[in-house]
Amino acid sequence: MAGTQPGVVYGRRVAIVDGLRTPFVKSGKEFKDVSTLELGSAVVTELLARSGLDGDQVDRVVYGTVVHDVASPNIAREIVLACDMPQSVDAYSVTRACATSAQSFVDGAQSILLGDADIVITGGADSLSKPPITYSDGFVDALMDANAAKDVPGKVKAFAALRPKDLAPRPPAIAERSTGVTMGDSAELMAKDNGITRQAQDEFALRSHQKAVEAWEKGIYDDEVMAFHVGPDYRVTVDRDTIPRADTSLEKLAELKPVFDRKYGSVTAGNSSPLTDGASALLLMDTKVAHKLGFVPKAFLRSWGFAALDPNWQLLMGPSFATPIALDKAGLTLGDIDVIDMHEAFAAQVLSNTQAFASDEWAKKRLGRDKAIGKIPDDKFNLYGGSISLGHPFAATGARQILTMANELVRRDTGTALVTQCAAGGIGAAVVLER
Amino acid sequence: MDLKNFSFEVDDGIAVALFDRAGEPMNTIAPAVFDDFVAVIERVATDDEIEALVFGSAKKSGFLAGADIRYFETLSTAEEATAAIRELQALLASVEALHTESGKPVVMAIDGPALGGGLEVALTGSMRIITDGPKTQLGQPEVQLGVIPGGGGTQRLPKLIGIAAALDIILTGRSVRPHRARKIGLADEVVPPEVLLDVARKRARESVGNLGAQPGPSVLARLSPSHLQAMALEQNPVGRRVLFKKAEEQMLAETKGNYPAPARALQAVKVGVEQGPEAGYDAEATFFGHLVVSPESAALRGLFFASQMMKYATGISTNTDPKPVDKVAVLGGGLMGAGIATVSALKAGSTVRIKEVDDAGVGRALAHVNGQIARQVKRRRLRAFEGEQIMNKVTGSTDWDGFSNTDLVIEAVFESLDLKQSLLEQVEGVVGDGVVIASNTSSLPIADIAAKAKHPEAVLGMHYFSPVEKMPLLEIIVTDDTADWATATAVDFGKKQGKTVIVVKDGPGFYTTRILVPYTGEAFYLLADGASVEAIDGAMVQWGFPVGPLLLSDEVGLDVGAHISQIMVDAFGDRMAGPEMMPGLLDDDRKGRKNGRGFYAYDESGKRGGVDESVYAALGLGPRRQLPSSEIEDRLTLAMINEAARCLEEGILQSSLDGDMGAVMGLGFPPFRGGPFWWIDVEGAGAIVDRLDALAERHGDRFAAAQILRDHAESGKKFR
Repeated sequence: MAGTQPGVVYGRRVAIVDGLRTPFVKSGKEFKDVSTLELGSAVVTELLARSGLDGDQVDRVVYGTVVHDVASPNIAREIVLACDMPQSVDAYSVTRACATSAQSFVDGAQSILLGDADIVITGGADSLSKPPITYSDGFVDALMDANAAKDVPGKVKAFAALRPKDLAPRPPAIAERSTGVTMGDSAELMAKDNGITRQAQDEFALRSHQKAVEAWEKGIYDDEVMAFHVGPDYRVTVDRDTIPRADTSLEKLAELKPVFDRKYGSVTAGNSSPLTDGASALLLMDTKVAHKLGFVPKAFLRSWGFAALDPNWQLLMGPSFATPIALDKAGLTLGDIDVIDMHEAFAAQVLSNTQAFASDEWAKKRLGRDKAIGKIPDDKFNLYGGSISLGHPFAATGARQILTMANELVRRDTGTALVTQCAAGGIGAAVVLER
Repeated sequence: MDLKNFSFEVDDGIAVALFDRAGEPMNTIAPAVFDDFVAVIERVATDDEIEALVFGSAKKSGFLAGADIRYFETLSTAEEATAAIRELQALLASVEALHTESGKPVVMAIDGPALGGGLEVALTGSMRIITDGPKTQLGQPEVQLGVIPGGGGTQRLPKLIGIAAALDIILTGRSVRPHRARKIGLADEVVPPEVLLDVARKRARESVGNLGAQPGPSVLARLSPSHLQAMALEQNPVGRRVLFKKAEEQMLAETKGNYPAPARALQAVKVGVEQGPEAGYDAEATFFGHLVVSPESAALRGLFFASQMMKYATGISTNTDPKPVDKVAVLGGGLMGAGIATVSALKAGSTVRIKEVDDAGVGRALAHVNGQIARQVKRRRLRAFEGEQIMNKVTGSTDWDGFSNTDLVIEAVFESLDLKQSLLEQVEGVVGDGVVIASNTSSLPIADIAAKAKHPEAVLGMHYFSPVEKMPLLEIIVTDDTADWATATAVDFGKKQGKTVIVVKDGPGFYTTRILVPYTGEAFYLLADGASVEAIDGAMVQWGFPVGPLLLSDEVGLDVGAHISQIMVDAFGDRMAGPEMMPGLLDDDRKGRKNGRGFYAYDESGKRGGVDESVYAALGLGPRRQLPSSEIEDRLTLAMINEAARCLEEGILQSSLDGDMGAVMGLGFPPFRGGPFWWIDVEGAGAIVDRLDALAERHGDRFAAAQILRDHAESGKKFR
């Protein structure tokens, strides 16, 4: 980064001015018939309304999804067109698996730092209720041939070569394309390799739920989560996350059967993040512009880092690789950080990473550093629940974490926060915020 | 050729004549353009190089909006009008003769409105190609102005699309959109606007030597049950008799015989069908002549011109610009609030934020707006995506989040002064200075609502009528403190919502509610005097109101009515009070439609039946007796009209024109009577005063004539 003060480029500094998310809802439930685009449009519309900003003041929208809706591949642009913004607002979509809205956030921030834009909306949305299911290659070939055929006999002929197996639909990929291993299998492997017990995973999941429930009770999420009125009849309004459970217990968690390795495994539905529908959005501005317009920034971006590792190895160790990059750029050590929020894909993944953070040996072997990144104190870590308890609409999670941490810095009125995710493909992301 | 009103070109044997009436924003027909029409027709008829004609418009505003109505005002006798119509008929016959006699195809190329005389011109072609542009519509709206099509519409339309379909268009005045026009055979082809002339030229070329091979209605349309049924009826004399009888009955049920034009239009169609074209065109011309000088047509045209004028009225006397309104806050998402939100987003294109007390309330409001948008999408007025965009402009909240950056606040909560005052105080704490704060109230004085306001200059009333999406009137109420910029802003925005806006001075009941109260009160007096509910409501429906005063009371709510009437009595004294038995209604828990108990009976689903005979006993009234309907009429209508005159006298109304528009658009005052003031002028102020004096003698001071009526009676001055 140019300049002497981290987070400042050419005199510009990225302020997180506002943010919002829909409630996170287990897939197939209340948001069953709500499309990803509708989720994203609703949160952006409401964010605009609450911020008091006019749509034409927005320079750019950077938005993302992980499970793409075939009807709206460039979701960011579709949001602009559907929402109350002039069509001249620029928009593009990004995807980086579970770090998608960390990426849209950093993209938006970069365009502000480079003077490309003053005001940017970023975020992400996913609906896992209606994943796109595609046809087999054989069926697609037949359809394309039929389309190209000039006459009816030609169109009929195109289907002649079809075999029954071609008619079976192809569900969206859940396994890594490169390795053929599912993410749950990877979590299972990491639990075994890193010695993370079932007990430890269940305890972590339980704490996650307890913290999420407590945070809702304390009103932490009141201003972060919009009430979502479900059209077209609008009889159902969801105004809070539906996944956190006040009534879960270690006993109940212990009863659950492992999902991925049914015989010897420890990763269960209870200690993994569930399939979730939801959307989130952040409003970013250049700090000077924010002041000029009378907006009070919640927090500022200090640094970011992305890392990638071999997916054949421990797929979900991204946070342990991305964090030191971001910290170095911020000129900080983990000890300087006041609050840390790590995406909870699986308890096994979180615990593998926290273990790595604390280990000198791991740092030497994997990062080529003398000292460990640092031990994460419990009282600074995932304060208000995480993806296991709040849910994980893939592309919405990063912005959800950034928003909660920005608001935490407002509550403390000082300090620094680290937000980090692992993501499919062996990716890691980390962002440092300050106030 | 030297043409002032046409562009004319011939290329490869096809003449293209584009109508472009000089000095006018829109194409209309008047004698001033006849010469050019004749020149074009003669040239096409006589020039051997011209094989076909394409007739279109050179104006972006549309094909042809009809006759120049200003011309009607110059016609003083029926004979003069009939002669003018015969001239028009002859002109259009010569267009038709180009293809029927000279064998030169005439292709009408239509984009935008083709209405009245515009459609009649189009009907003379051998083919009609229309665009699917948003403004394209075809219709015969003449009856809405109290006349009938005079350019052969009653003759050529039934021939082209069948009697039943033609009557539907001619008798209702409703216009037809492109795809329906194609379906019923009114248009031969629907094309995108960009290719209209190219396609028209091509079809003209194809038609040369090939006339008569026109496609007519689409195959599917021809096989539709309604079409088959219509053909079965129309192609034999017995069927036709049934058809005409049915149409006549339906028309009479709707017009109560108050509107002569539809009856004459029906007759003209019938004469043409039964006795042949010559008699038909003759009937059309004669009827038109009589109608155009009738008082009904004069009143309806008066309203038309008034509504044209109101499009330019600002409601203020200074030259103050309205502020742009991009964002509207609506407080209260009930039927009124949700309706206001709908027209704000749908018509005015604003961003709307609705405040409600709970999520269920927000949900209901959003569902209402979405339902209205969905209807537009279903009727193809909007594309689905446009509907989605509009819906995304509307959001709701249960707190004050997102209300700070608003340009106009419209409060539409329950009629309670305390509630409205406290909301106003909260609103002033949230929004910036210079934001108009409006109250949708039907009775509470705006000055009272604004009594504690920090910025009373920004406060005014916006009185909408229910259902907001349908009712055309918006009554804007200004206090002595209201600033001109605020009024201008509200008026401008009201027009963008598609409303006819009148601006009135603050006072109890403003204008519309104020003249309604003595009218309804008189209905109660009539009940007390022994008239039946049927007789009272029936008399007013016959007089031309859409519903009678007692049914209207049921609809408004008898508790609301009592509440409003008390406010009026407090302000104006006894002339606003009904007879003493009225509290009996509420004592008997009769609130009207809302609780299924009122003057009428309602079943469990809320459907209205006949009069609830038990209402008389509940009011302590004896058996009913027959009152002359002329007495019922006089007492009711004069009570209303007298109060309207007072509103003008006191300066509540800015003009008699506002008074007429307000009563017609807001209260359903019979349009063919032109509004209270127009009607006084027709009847004569002197006659009105005499009738009021006679009523005052028998029924007391509540009928004391307004001073302004006596003044006009004295001076012979007209109100309009």
